[in-house]
Amino acid sequence: MEKMSRDEITNAPEKGLTRSQVGGAPGGAAAGTVHVEETDKLNKSVLHGLWALTWREIRKAYQTPILVFMTVIQPIIWLGLFGKAFNLGSVFTGGSFNIPGLNIPKQVLDQLSSQMLQSTFGTSDYFSFLAVGMLTFVLVFTCMFSGMSIVWDRRFGFLEKLLGTPVSRGAIVMGKVLSSVVKSFIQAAIVLVIAVLLGMSVTDLSVVGILGTFAALFLLALGLSSLFVMLALRSTDWQQQMAIMNLLNLPLLFASNALFPTKLMPSWLQDVAKVNPISYGVDVGRQLLLGSPGFSTLAFDFTYLAGFAVLFSAVGIVLSWRLLSK
Amino acid sequence: MLETQAVEKLRAAPAVLTVEHLTKVFEGRTKAVDDISFTLREGEILGLLGPNGAGKSTTIKMLTTVLKPTSGKAEIGGYDILKHPTEVRRIVGVVPQEYTADEDMTGRGNIVLCADLYGISRSVSVPRAAELLKLVELEASGDRKVSTYSGGMRRRLELACGLINRPRLLFLDEPTLGLDVQTRAAVWEYIKTLKNEYGMTLLMTTHYLEEAGALCDTIAIIDRGKIVKIGSPDELKESLGGDIIEIAVKEDADVEGIISNVPLVKSVKKLEGYYRIKAELGEEATPAVIEALRSKGYHVTRISLTKPSMDEVYLEYTGRTLRDAEADSEEVRKQRFTMMRARR
Repeated sequence: MEKMSRDEITNAPEKGLTRSQVGGAPGGAAAGTVHVEETDKLNKSVLHGLWALTWREIRKAYQTPILVFMTVIQPIIWLGLFGKAFNLGSVFTGGSFNIPGLNIPKQVLDQLSSQMLQSTFGTSDYFSFLAVGMLTFVLVFTCMFSGMSIVWDRRFGFLEKLLGTPVSRGAIVMGKVLSSVVKSFIQAAIVLVIAVLLGMSVTDLSVVGILGTFAALFLLALGLSSLFVMLALRSTDWQQQMAIMNLLNLPLLFASNALFPTKLMPSWLQDVAKVNPISYGVDVGRQLLLGSPGFSTLAFDFTYLAGFAVLFSAVGIVLSWRLLSK
Repeated sequence: MLETQAVEKLRAAPAVLTVEHLTKVFEGRTKAVDDISFTLREGEILGLLGPNGAGKSTTIKMLTTVLKPTSGKAEIGGYDILKHPTEVRRIVGVVPQEYTADEDMTGRGNIVLCADLYGISRSVSVPRAAELLKLVELEASGDRKVSTYSGGMRRRLELACGLINRPRLLFLDEPTLGLDVQTRAAVWEYIKTLKNEYGMTLLMTTHYLEEAGALCDTIAIIDRGKIVKIGSPDELKESLGGDIIEIAVKEDADVEGIISNVPLVKSVKKLEGYYRIKAELGEEATPAVIEALRSKGYHVTRISLTKPSMDEVYLEYTGRTLRDAEADSEEVRKQRFTMMRARR
């Protein structure tokens, strides 16, 4: 068996000895007494560990072909089936309805339906309206799994190993959050491309619009994954976690403007949708990508989302300090 | 004696770990760890030996700052585990009972990830990962995914991960749990290498008696959260009241008196056809007993000398009753999971 060079490994105890002889008291460590680790050119920055943990998650997610395939196919299915099935435009057009005896000309009906759609959805086709909602749809589902993965890590003992290393507790949580932000970004980008291919209206598409939309999605994903990670911090049971997620994600989506405009909702639901951060993410997307009139100003949308993201990620970090160790 | 010298040298070494009145009470349950105190010196291997649920793992978890103690204190390398947890984490290495490596990554990837978590830059960690893979004889499979590893390989990988920061104190929690005989022997070899070649300080838990006897300088027998006995393996054995000599003589006469007059003999009991003698230093007492009997004209027909084994020490201090300890369901599941994967 080959051995490590002897002085290399004995290094640490010797250095440690020096320190305990010099200072002894741990308070002295900050004051420049000999440090065990300095020989290792330590990078004590929080970002170092954060990056390592984030990169681990991202690499894991994209190294398995089946998972990559699922990543791409899922938005296609959502958009292709869900988006195309809700073909609300055809409810009104093409002589699908008429009033007996009046014989309204088709032209008039088409005009009527187009105006109806425009006033209801802020765009002349429901597919484009829904496509933007879908961006947040995949976002929510991707972020949801950030919580799951922390439960898995706990179950497999990996979390405990992390807790035994000097990596910041906050970095453990934020590593999950950031990796799921990146994953949901990739998902959202795929959704957008597919939506355009499937016939989303591109008349208002611009680089600035896309960048602005993704900025809003970034804030939304940051807040949502923090929320899901937070819920999973103490959980050891993935079934319980699944139940919590399922309880949350669909109401979160339905009580927003992702699938249906808020203004047509019953007033109590409108109130819920108005505090739901997803509505603001979608609102930014509709204004910037489709040129629809928003239900709030862009400035307010971004402020609200930024507040949501900062608040939830901060709470997530604080909770990680308190809850990760028993 | 050489051994005593080594022990004395060890006792003079500076303390790496001091534990004072450490206690952990889990909510609504009995004390998992109940007021334990001990010192671990540089270069020493301390074994926490005890039945399941005795509080061994809980102690390690507290010392590695994963669990917060209810009361008491501990210092590692001069750092208080409660006040300076980050510093403590930097100077200790942990090889947990479970297999904690990320299955979707390679062995090498896991070690480098560990290094990243300690803030060790890649220029240092990459060559060191190669060294460690060599040490645990995994260099050939270092670039395979951990999910393809056998239990023994996983255990060795855990060991390598635990050494990545060149710890001053390495914690090994049940290092050979569920391993086959070959891998267990290999793990023992690594531990001996770490001690003899690198002078590493180790704290390990085990419930295998032979393991504690073979590897540890000091053994702390822990039961129901308390240290019931601490000392070197020899001291523990001696504490049982010495070696046992069994002797039979040809003649029918009662020789109990003659035997009990031999200086090293502590007690004699006449049993059916033979005498059972408890004596200090059995090797010296045995010839002395034979000599004494001979000088009185008796003939020794059969003689045996038994040194007390760790088993006897262990049973003496922890009792023979089976433990139906109140187990944490998560602990049990984790352990089962570990065993399951170890046997693959």
